[in-house]
Amino acid sequence: MTITSILQISIILLLLTNLTMLTVQRISSLIRLVALQGLLLATFLLLLKHDGDLIHTLLMAGSIVAIKSIGFPWRLRVTMRSVASPDLVSSFRSYKLSILAGFIGLIFSFWLETHLTLTQSIYPPLFFPAALSTVFAGLILVVGRMKALSQVVGYLVAENGIFLLGMPLMVKGSTWFELSLLLDVFVAVFVMGIAINHISNTFDSIDVGRFCNLRD
Amino acid sequence: MLLLLLLLIPLFAGTAMLFVPIPLLRYLLLLAAAMGHSTCTALLIYQCRRVGWDLAETPAALGGLLHPDALGLVFLALASLLFLGAAIYAIGYLRQERAKNEVHRHIQDGSSFTNAPEQRFLACLCYFLAAMSLVTTTQHLGALWVGMEITTLATAPLIYFHRHKEALEATWKYLMICSVGIALALLGNILFSIAYSPKLPTDTQQMTFYIQHAMGAEKNWLKAGFIFLLVGFGTKMGLAPLHNWLPDAHSQAPSLVSALLSGALLNCAFLGILRGYQVLSAAGLTDFCNTLLVGFGLFSMAVATIFIVGQGHYKRLLAYSSVENMGVLALGVGLGNSAVFGAILHAVNHSLTKGMLFLLAGNILSHYHTYSSHDVRGMRSNMPVSAVLWMGGFLAISGAPPFGLFVSKFILIRTMIEQQQWFYVAVYLTILAIIFVGMSAPFLRMVQGEAPPAVRESYRENIFNVGPCILFGIAVLVLGLYIPQWLREFLNAAAKLAGG
Repeated sequence: MTITSILQISIILLLLTNLTMLTVQRISSLIRLVALQGLLLATFLLLLKHDGDLIHTLLMAGSIVAIKSIGFPWRLRVTMRSVASPDLVSSFRSYKLSILAGFIGLIFSFWLETHLTLTQSIYPPLFFPAALSTVFAGLILVVGRMKALSQVVGYLVAENGIFLLGMPLMVKGSTWFELSLLLDVFVAVFVMGIAINHISNTFDSIDVGRFCNLRD
Repeated sequence: MLLLLLLLIPLFAGTAMLFVPIPLLRYLLLLAAAMGHSTCTALLIYQCRRVGWDLAETPAALGGLLHPDALGLVFLALASLLFLGAAIYAIGYLRQERAKNEVHRHIQDGSSFTNAPEQRFLACLCYFLAAMSLVTTTQHLGALWVGMEITTLATAPLIYFHRHKEALEATWKYLMICSVGIALALLGNILFSIAYSPKLPTDTQQMTFYIQHAMGAEKNWLKAGFIFLLVGFGTKMGLAPLHNWLPDAHSQAPSLVSALLSGALLNCAFLGILRGYQVLSAAGLTDFCNTLLVGFGLFSMAVATIFIVGQGHYKRLLAYSSVENMGVLALGVGLGNSAVFGAILHAVNHSLTKGMLFLLAGNILSHYHTYSSHDVRGMRSNMPVSAVLWMGGFLAISGAPPFGLFVSKFILIRTMIEQQQWFYVAVYLTILAIIFVGMSAPFLRMVQGEAPPAVRESYRENIFNVGPCILFGIAVLVLGLYIPQWLREFLNAAAKLAGG
């Protein structure tokens, strides 16, 4: 199997995880899928940078797996256990609408790729639309889901998409930045986890639909 | 060394706060950190001024990662000055909080709540300053992004200092909206990199590289990058319609935190947008940016006006005023020419005025135990100094002479007239007039009349709760009457970088 075919399979897997995330109704499934996306991200990095600086590539791939596939899911599961919330995503609107929005995002991403210069020279085939539609899927989860935990997963998915878009542009001297970025997002998830614990204690739920105290 | 100290002082102080058990020592440490930071900032500005604000000559640290220019230094100075004021205020505020029972009563519904540990609060306050120092001193858009994200993470626990439902709701909205917003700004950074691909900067002088090679960059990607930077950092800056988190966070945070959020943090986000603007200007895309900035600016002002009129919650009123003034900043830069100087001057005046007003709002809240301007009466009799400053602050923030904001707003009008942008003049003046009238009612109501029987006794005004407000008030007044030559040069150098 060639590198290109592994890459294409990984891209298709990524697209499938995006669409599946918009359909699943259990938070634990969302967490599993976001962990899988972390693994896919590390795979992409190894495949795209196989001719670059090996130490840099391995360091980054290791960090991605450690933080995105192990760290985040662990933190989210700990939070889920501590708040003892029902393992249900709960959507503001119907799930069908989320899937429709996801498809529109995907079609728009493909359309955009054909209308922008440079994408073909920077990104392998299908990579750009896959990354951009990941950003859209994340945003749909943030906006469309009621449980605070699902919103955090949405934020992580969007961040995965942005990370993917930046991946082919990583340069040797910017390892510090990429690691800072990963650390930043890790701390963000940590802080969000603490906030979710407080939400659960204060509101007896992690349903952000209950947030209606602050209005003009 | 000075540059490193700007990061190390607050970082060290913040970490030490977690281990210092005695409150008095913590307050002294906070004050020392604030004064140390302000001193380093002043010395740095002096050094940069001596070399004529030339980036090639100004000090750098961490392999060039920290390398401030005049634009960043203006916002660093504001952050440092406001932090010093907030640190002085914090001593009185935290002592007062400690004096109360461990369980507090919520002002609106009387429910009980506790405060977050003071050590953690002070640590986050210091980390917030460190993050702002990074944002304002770097020439690397990635480091700027990292700093901005840290400001979100450091300030979220500050907003949730009073652990009640409303504060938690505000904190969650702030965390989610700003995190997603900042993520979009990161996408903007990436799109900039695509525009320059395959030639990418490998050192830390990213801005210099981008500006030097701007003409060779792919224009459509630059435009897309700027849109994402504007939306991303615009969310954090509070530009409408991305401002939803701002009134909630500003109203629920302790007043000294609101002062820092409004007077310092919003500026840092604005700096992120200005960095993008610098790059696009160098690529000959100034008109594209100007159209967007003018549009966002006027729209923000208009949206803020709707919420200011009839607003009974005086802290939310101040928050919406911040949205309006962020609109003025965007509009000023978008107009170009001398309006850019006006915008930078406006940023200075707004930060000082809003810092003062939020700290005063804290005093009012502490004395009257209400957020409603309808329930606050007779400030002039039982908190006279605060009342004078509150009225002065109102006149200043609404752009009345002789305060600094009058000068900066006037510069914008003059530029619009010079450019014969009569539609903008009409909209701008109409909005300012409505805001003046809309704000005057609650401010006057609060100062005049007779205090409710429950709060007849005088408020104890002291150096901690009114001292910083007096200094900020004097500064805004002086800036309206006279701008020292060195400050004019400083602001001019900053405005020049932003296309002025």
